[in-house]
Parts: sequence; structure tokens; C-alpha cells
Amino acid sequence: MYEVLRKKILAPRIKEMDVYVPQIAKSAKPGQFVIVIPDEKGERTPLTLVDWNRDEGWVRLVFLEVGVSTMKLGMKEPGSTLYYVAGPLGNPTHVEKFGTVVVIGGGVAIAAAYPIARAFKEVSNHVISVIGARSANLLIYEELMRSVSDELHITTDDGSKGMKGFTSDALVALLNKGLKPNLVWMVGPAPMMKACSEVTKKYRIKAIASLNPIMVCGMGMCGACRVKVGGKIRFTCYEGPEFDANEVDWDELIFRLKMYQKEELEALKLFLSKYGLGGDTHA
Amino acid sequence: MPKIKPRVPLPKRPPEERIKDFNEVALGYDEKLAIEEASRCLQCPNKPCVKGCPVGVDIPRFIKLIRERRFEEAYKVIKDKCPIPAITGRVCPQERQCEKYCTLAKLGQPIAIGALERFVADWAREHGIAVEHAPKTSVGKKVAVVGSGPAGIVVAADLARLGYEVTMFEALHVPGGVLVYGIPEYRLPKKIVYDEINYLRELGVNIEIGVSVGRTITVYDLLDEYDAVFVGTGAGHPRFLNVPGENLNYIYTANEFLTRINLMRAYLFPEYDTPIHRGKRVAVIGGGNTAMDAARSALRLGAEEVHVLYRRTRAEMPARKEEIENAEEEGVKFVFLVQPKGFIGNDLGNVSEIMLKKMRLGEPDASGRPRPIPTGETITFQADMVINAIGFYPNPLIPQTTPEIKTDKKGRIIVDSEGRTSMPRVYAGGDIVIGEGTVIEAMGWGRKAALAIHKDLTINKKI
Repeated sequence: MYEVLRKKILAPRIKEMDVYVPQIAKSAKPGQFVIVIPDEKGERTPLTLVDWNRDEGWVRLVFLEVGVSTMKLGMKEPGSTLYYVAGPLGNPTHVEKFGTVVVIGGGVAIAAAYPIARAFKEVSNHVISVIGARSANLLIYEELMRSVSDELHITTDDGSKGMKGFTSDALVALLNKGLKPNLVWMVGPAPMMKACSEVTKKYRIKAIASLNPIMVCGMGMCGACRVKVGGKIRFTCYEGPEFDANEVDWDELIFRLKMYQKEELEALKLFLSKYGLGGDTHA
Repeated sequence: MPKIKPRVPLPKRPPEERIKDFNEVALGYDEKLAIEEASRCLQCPNKPCVKGCPVGVDIPRFIKLIRERRFEEAYKVIKDKCPIPAITGRVCPQERQCEKYCTLAKLGQPIAIGALERFVADWAREHGIAVEHAPKTSVGKKVAVVGSGPAGIVVAADLARLGYEVTMFEALHVPGGVLVYGIPEYRLPKKIVYDEINYLRELGVNIEIGVSVGRTITVYDLLDEYDAVFVGTGAGHPRFLNVPGENLNYIYTANEFLTRINLMRAYLFPEYDTPIHRGKRVAVIGGGNTAMDAARSALRLGAEEVHVLYRRTRAEMPARKEEIENAEEEGVKFVFLVQPKGFIGNDLGNVSEIMLKKMRLGEPDASGRPRPIPTGETITFQADMVINAIGFYPNPLIPQTTPEIKTDKKGRIIVDSEGRTSMPRVYAGGDIVIGEGTVIEAMGWGRKAALAIHKDLTINKKI
């Protein structure tokens, strides 16, 4: 169980991994996630389901090595096993024919946007995808996103590929050209989603964001993942992960994501002093 | 009337030593102390104590066997009715159960039934005593047990012993429910929980980990494959105060705080990867056992001060008296007649202050306890970490994804007196049915449901 079947390096520190978990592959839907524990002393880490194969029983995960848990995961080679994988968790994305849908993915989360863009495309929406990364060498899933989109727009912070700037800048540019989307769907770092939602709010466009708070249980027991949406406390893991982007208290989410910054850094230093840096990793 | 000897006290580690670690506080009886305490039992022929035990352990019989140094036989007597005696002996509120009905309770101090049960279970584990199982005749029926907490454990053990093929589904990465994520190590060492749950595997129960019923698989899927389904998913969904500032950093629900510590071993960070905040001045909101567990755990993480803030007075606290005393001995402070009105944070989004409404006691409410009423006066309380322990709702996932299972307005699954839900072949018990109960109450409901399943499936062949 939980055997790593394949592993691929997509970009510096970004890895793609196929894990054998037939019961999750069987019921997975776009927008859902899993909780992974790399080893016995590991923590419960949420990761979005990027793809799955019901017949072969595997699920695909894509992650950025930022701390101890993702580095431990990145060190797992094909043939080895993970300690625990549970899911699929969270509510599936609400997919229907809206008309024109803009799908925005930022950084490693472009991979999480892929099954969503694919699902919107499958029910005949006009899908315009906007993907962004810090620079060209960190841009992942470009061809896959192109394959499920009617239009693909690329941004990089440093201008090394596509438009120079953020995904929110590309969104503004599209809207200024007269685009009137029926829905904007977004996933990425919280500050990116905050910026995009400021745009959708201003233009009064229906917008959905897939949130990424800290999680522990992933099944509604602990409230570590709680967010404020429309003034109410909501649990991302079992009431989300998707909420109305225009109603999310982004500043609170951004504060909450920094809660263990000190501890995470301490653990990472210790981990790196023990295991050193992987071939493609740099802290 | 003969003079009643006082109860043999359970040895405990001194407070100044025990607050430095998460090791067990109560040390348990040795053989000599156990025999001495067992000798106080009057061996009442009508066994009043047994009626206080929701799973019906033959208490006078196992106590008599202890007195005769026949510890192995005593263990088998207990195990016949209670599959996890090392746990129940430690965490049952005996003063409200078996010990409440002990004849000696009327004359002086009741027999320390819990401590004796614990002694026998620990003795058996240390001596490698296994309960022999009669070769089981399969009844050729399959039962799915959803949730591996105390209710599910009893259902699984009872049905496995009756010859059912039982599969237990647990969403978290270890089985045990509240026994592993909720009750702290210093009251219930997790190694004991793992050992006790292994007994289910010895009985042939298949335990499936990481399966969230309602998501990974639904109750409908289970009914295709199994003859009956038992839902024992508990009441693990936290309540909130619904006041401003509740999402500030370092305001934990007790479930998150205790899960990080007990299940994820965050107190051993960074050896274990899950972090936890170590507050200096900690406020715990609530007055139940969960609040005591959270307060005592916060002390052990190195807090300088831990204050329990409760909206009524000491007399109304729902926590066990013994736990309140333990907490007090360890240095936990109590502030009564206050209720949070809101939380204030600093510029990093971290909690720094609690606005408290002062309360007074009014007329009794539906619970029979005096209702707390605001006096109108507000005070502020400094705290750099807050743990909300005001209670839980039943877990909503199964009712949400299985509308045929009827629930009441509090979200509890409605069952008949034997544990049958409104959906055919689906049974429920424990906290998902009663709200927030005790471990042994959940076990009692498990026993009832197991019996109902056996009656419906095999005796009356109703299904």
C-alpha cells in the first residue's frame, strides 16, 4: 500500500509523484485532496489531487519542497512506500457549463488547476487559463494546461516568459480587453489569490478560490484549517476547500499561514544539517 | 457495624516531577496493595456495583479472584465483558458508574474498582497473558464498523467473538478515536491503547486505516458489501464561541491542541515533525474534562501560567473532581464566572488579550445547573495562547452524505433503544448518538448495538 510508482522532477524543487492508493483513485473527483504522512514521525500534510487512474489505482501529486515534510516526500524513490495517504477529502469542484471560465494557477498550484481546467473543458466551457510563476524555469504543466484550454496566458514575475507581472495583472489585461467571464476559478499562494480576488470583486465577477490553510486532521475535527468567509467561521477541509473568493478574509488566512514559521525554519535547519541538500534542491 | 477500612490510595507521581513530562501520573497498585484493597470488598450477593457498569463486568467475582491471587482468572472475567480493561480502568469516571453503587460508598469509601481493573489488566499485559478464544464458528455474515473509538471497539470485539467477519474503518492513521487523539499520554499512555487494540486483530478484526466513510467510500457502498453497518463516528466536531477575533493565531480548539500533542506527538518536536505553539500565559475556556486535559498539557509544554476560565463556579464544573484536583496540584489556576466576549490580537495576527464578560449565577436552566447571566461588567485578560474547550458537536460527515439516516436538531443520529437507525441495516452508538458522553457509555451503546445486529442478522433472521 501507498507505494510510490513514479517520480519526476518538473522544475527545481518541484516534484511529481504517482502513488498506488486504489481506494482513493476509485472515488477521486476534481478539486479534492489527500492527507499524506511521509514516515512514522511525519506530520499530516494536505496535497491536492492532480490526476488519478481508476483502473491502475494510482493518484498523482505535485509538490514544492519547502520544508521537512515535502523534502521527506521528495526523497521517496519509486518502490518505497509512504506511511499513510488518506482521501479523497474535501468537496469536489462544482463543474457545470457556465460559459466562459477563467482558470488561474500560480506556482506549484498550476498542477492543481489542471484537473479543474480539464473538467470545465469536458463540459464544453470556453476555458481561458492564466498560469504564472516566479520565472520561466519554475513554470510547470504548461503543455498540459494548453491541452485543456481554449486560450493559455503565461506570466512570470521576472518577465523571463510570457507577460512580466502576476496572474492578477494578466486577469486585469483580459478584462480591460472586454472579456466578460462567467466564472473565475483560482488556486495558488494566498497573496496571489488575494490579488486576483481584489480584481474579481472590483469587476463583480463570480470567483471561486481553492484555499490552502494549515491542516491537521483534514476531516472536520480540529479546526486548524478554519477561515472566515462572509464573516463566518468555515472549515476548509470539509466545507471547502473551495469558497467564494470575493468573501474570503485573505489577510487572516495569510496571518494564519505564518503561525509556525519559526518552528518550520528550525526543523528545516535541523533536517538539512542531517541530510544535506538533495541534488536539485536548494534552501 | 464493622469498622470500614479506608480505601488504599493509588500511588501518584509528585506534581513538581510530573509536570516536567508527559509520562503517566498515577502509578497503579502493586500485588500487595491490590490484594489489600480487594479484601475490603463485601462480596454483596446482589452485586449493586455491576448495574453501574454499562458493559456489565462481573465486579465482585474478579475482585474475589484478586484476593485469592488468581490474577489470570480475574483478567479473563473482566475481559469477557470489557475488551479494553487497561483503558477503562484508567479513564472511566467510576465515581459516577460502578463505584457510585458500591455498598461501601454508603458507609465510607467505595472499593477502588477502576484501580483494581487497571491492576489486573496491567498485570496480564506484563505477564503476557492472552485470552484463549474458542475456535470460532463463522456465522457467514460480514459487518462494517465505522470509527475505531470505544463504541466501535466493543461492537467489533463482540461480533468477532460471535463469529462475524468484521472490518473496522478508521479515517485517521491510527485506530482508537478519542483514546489516541484526545486523552493525554499522562492519563492514558498510547502504548497501552495500541496493545489493547491489538486484541481486536487477535480476534480476527480487519482494521482499514485512512478510510473516511462519506468520502473514500459511502455507507451505500458498505451496504453492498456488508450485511450490516455500525456507525460510531463520535462527537469530534468543535464548537465555537462565535465572538470577534476567534481566528487569531494561537487560539486553538481543544481538539486541535490535543490532537497535535497526543496523536502527532508535537511535544517531541522537532524529533516529530508536527509543531505546536508554546504559550507563556495560556487561557483555557471551559470547565469539562477536555479543559482539564488541555490545561495540564499546556503546563507540560512549559507554560508559565495556565488559567482555566469558566462561566459558572467550581460547583458546576462538569470535569471529574479528581481531574480538577490533579490540575490544581500541578498549578493550574481557575477564574470563575467569566465568559469571552472577544479576542484582541497584535499586528502579527497573534492573540494577546481576551475581553471577558463577568457573570453571575441565575435560575437553573435545562441542564439543571444555574444559568450564567452577564453582570454588564467587562474585564480584559492577557494571554498569548488560548484553548477553546467549550464542547463538541457530533461528526457531521456521515449524516451529511447519507440523508436516510435521521438526526435530531443537535446533529445526533436517532436510534431505537437497541441502536437501530432509521436506515435498514445501519446501526449507531456512542457519542454520535448521545452527544458528549464518556468512554464507558459509548462502550455500553456498542454492546447494545452488537446485540441488536446479532439478533437481526442471526437469531431472528430479520434481515
